Amino acid sequence: MTEAIQLLVGTRKGAWIYRSDAQRRTWSVQGPMFLGSIVNHLVLDPRDGRTLLMAASTGHLGPTIFRSMDDGETWAEAKTPPAFPKSDDPRARSVDHSFWLEPGHASEPGVWWAGVSPPGLFESRDGGATWASIAGFNDHSNYWDWCPPEAGTPDGSLLNQVVIDPRDAAHMYVATSSAGVFETTDRGATWRPLNQNVRCDFLPDPYPEYGQDAHYIALAPSNPDRLWQQNHCGVYRLDRPGERWERIGEAMPKEVGDIGFTVVPHPRCADTAWVWPMDGTDVWPRTSPGGRPAAYRTRDAGKSWERQDAGLPAEQAWITVKRQAFCGDRCDPVGLYFGATNGEIWMSEEGENWRQIAGRLPEIYSVVAAPIA
Amino acid sequence: MTRVMIPSQLTAYTAGATRVEASGATVGAVLADLDRRYPGLRFRVIDEQDRVRKHMRLFVGQAETRSVAQALGPGDELLIFGALSGG
Repeated sequence: MTEAIQLLVGTRKGAWIYRSDAQRRTWSVQGPMFLGSIVNHLVLDPRDGRTLLMAASTGHLGPTIFRSMDDGETWAEAKTPPAFPKSDDPRARSVDHSFWLEPGHASEPGVWWAGVSPPGLFESRDGGATWASIAGFNDHSNYWDWCPPEAGTPDGSLLNQVVIDPRDAAHMYVATSSAGVFETTDRGATWRPLNQNVRCDFLPDPYPEYGQDAHYIALAPSNPDRLWQQNHCGVYRLDRPGERWERIGEAMPKEVGDIGFTVVPHPRCADTAWVWPMDGTDVWPRTSPGGRPAAYRTRDAGKSWERQDAGLPAEQAWITVKRQAFCGDRCDPVGLYFGATNGEIWMSEEGENWRQIAGRLPEIYSVVAAPIA
Repeated sequence: MTRVMIPSQLTAYTAGATRVEASGATVGAVLADLDRRYPGLRFRVIDEQDRVRKHMRLFVGQAETRSVAQALGPGDELLIFGALSGG
């Protein structure tokens, strides 16, 4: 059963919304919104089906959050966007950009979480109007070990994701680019690293307690005890209450490798997920391996992978799919969508027969699929 | 009152005005007064540690300043520019 879908697209130079018919065959476009602004994430609140939040900045201006209650027609700016506490510490942090927006638990309407660069976690309890620093992470006694200034990724170190256990609002995970994955069971008051057996090719100790670059983590919607991770150093799976990640990317073809930015779990089958490999050899081009883009699907929890490239360019396509730019909907069959650095958006059903649905956009940073209310 | 030049990047806050006036004895005080009238403007220019954002430039007359504590005298004009920030 399919339904009409909207794709919320953030780019280096503005935001767009694409809306489909119920069969996901034809698409209309709205935008640009905030043309010229860097839009890292544009997210719909699934609890009310109408609130949109946008993480935006520009090359000049500081970062902020915009909210729309009318399908993106009009926007209001946050009264107090995410900002670190004022400090006399010479390392005093200022938010460079908000990267990830996460609607709160279903039991907490109006709550949102934001991950920012430099790594920081913020919460709003009023639908995105005002934001507060989460001291349990941002002021943790180990913060500067977890998030040293020199550990910056090219656009700055990130707290790049917030993931909430659908069974328990107090149980959350965050992913960072400088220290890996962390878990809280008390709604952010305390945190501990969760990185056992996740490799660090770039540190003297290849398996440290923290220091990993967790590009993307996702809970399996049909089994929230299963976590998938696309790390800087491979694809992993963790089944809780276990603590030790298993590198399931070892089963990927050697000529492709298991480096990438993102992983998308199937909404109904906990053993199925897709990754989008990129070239992580020598100087890390981060483009499609061999110039031939493809998704890879596992249907056995990572024991084996199959290439899915039907419809995609067969050669000379040196694109990158960034960590927020690959997603799925909840339909049956599942609609998969990716936005690429060359400004194209593609979709497929279950990874088969990819087709392009948009192009000529600026560099795409994020694509989020949501049902149209 | 201090005359303030608003760059194109910020005219969404000032309803298109490129020249406005604000009161205050320092750059920070003028920006705070501006923020009361145009909510959100200050944070786009000055970060939470009171530092001028990397790609913004402030001038008092012909002299550049990076300090919100910079005093303003009678007749001074505050000019806000968006600097070069990439393609």
